[in-house]
Amino acid sequence: MKIAVIDYEVGNLANVYHAWKRLGIEAVITRDASVIRDADLIELPGVGAVRDAIGNLEKFDLIPLLEEQVKAGKFFMGVCLGMQLLFEQSFEGGTYKGLGFLPGDIVPFHTKLKVPHMGWNALEFRQDHWLKKNLPKEPYVYFVHSYHKAPAATPDVIATADYGEPVPAICGLNNVLGFQFHPEKSGRVGQQLLKNVVDYVKQEG
Amino acid sequence: MLAKRIVPCLDVRNGRVVKGKQFKHLQDVDDPVSLGKFYSDQLADELVFYDITATHEKRHIFLDVVRAVAETITIPFTIGGGIASIDDFHQVLRAGADKVSVNSAAVRRPELIREAAQRFGSQCVVLSIDAKRDNHGSWQVYVEGGRKNTGIDAMAWAKQGVALGAGEICMNSMDADGEKAGFDLDLNRRLASELPVPIIASGGAGTMQDFKDVFDTGVDAALAASVFHFGQIDIPDLKVYLQEQGIPMRGAEV
Repeated sequence: MKIAVIDYEVGNLANVYHAWKRLGIEAVITRDASVIRDADLIELPGVGAVRDAIGNLEKFDLIPLLEEQVKAGKFFMGVCLGMQLLFEQSFEGGTYKGLGFLPGDIVPFHTKLKVPHMGWNALEFRQDHWLKKNLPKEPYVYFVHSYHKAPAATPDVIATADYGEPVPAICGLNNVLGFQFHPEKSGRVGQQLLKNVVDYVKQEG
Repeated sequence: MLAKRIVPCLDVRNGRVVKGKQFKHLQDVDDPVSLGKFYSDQLADELVFYDITATHEKRHIFLDVVRAVAETITIPFTIGGGIASIDDFHQVLRAGADKVSVNSAAVRRPELIREAAQRFGSQCVVLSIDAKRDNHGSWQVYVEGGRKNTGIDAMAWAKQGVALGAGEICMNSMDADGEKAGFDLDLNRRLASELPVPIIASGGAGTMQDFKDVFDTGVDAALAASVFHFGQIDIPDLKVYLQEQGIPMRGAEV
């Protein structure tokens, strides 16, 4: 099982690396095209602002490569800001074009609750999905975000979390998957979700 | 629904946890990584590690601790103690911390909060305040480990900190700290109702009921040290109790 974690200088990748390591997988943090093409799974992590993130993907000329890999059917997983980049556009501090691997937009919260949505919230699955395997009844995961995917009731929305409204927490279609929360910081539930991903990719590959 | 958070706090000196008693399934109770993992396995929601090492020369020992914690522990953790510059923020974040808590240095130079928030994001900047009640129904900010009264109003400072970019306020009530007679409910109620960011209540935890009372003020998290370290309160029991009292808790499915 080869995992390429895209290194585009957005956020600290050590925690992402350690999470795979705990599952016995030595992920490679890279922006080398041949390593990325050779991987079974590509992870796009990310913390920070969408403007810098998209800017860096462009700077390192990664967008055509990622498009090529997704088209070829490679399993592609975005986490947190990395998930938000999967959609068509983001309205975080302006209007930015995303990768467009999933349909929908990234919009600010309209809630009286505190923003960012930060802390542990429970996943509510909208579909019967292989990711549910071995999860507890109330799978709490760790969120930190100020923007979210909209709309929330589309076929790509696998699970939501209740924060005044249903907030898309896991999104995906075919070989593309996004976690709005941080599985690498979500205790046993997070580890189980990553393990489910590994099992799925192994089985499909 | 967002769960309320239970946050054990570990004081670390020269790479070792300062207080702690024997836990049954834990060999090395003074090892911050083992104790942190123990709490994480008990479904603590977040951990705080305070570096109380006196000398700056030994800072690298603490950074090794931060790295080891990041490798092992699968929940978010905050680093505090001796954070005085953007470079300090950078070092602990790079070592794997999720958040950084700043106290006296921010009182000396409030712009540190703004600079850190701009560089690393508000979500990882925690403003920690040591406050003591005065005779006029207000609270004053103390620094240097609670030894020096600054004369600054704690509510005003908390608000200024948020305006500068702090993403969370950790309010340690010095009157309550160590007394085990409950959190300062007046102070926490005011913070929770007047500030737009999450509040971590600290100081005074003695019983499970104290946690219920402080969550009823609207705070998001409750921090405690000795009741956990000395085994007076067991985190899984606490979570079941709070869930039964109607407070949303992660991992308290009954």
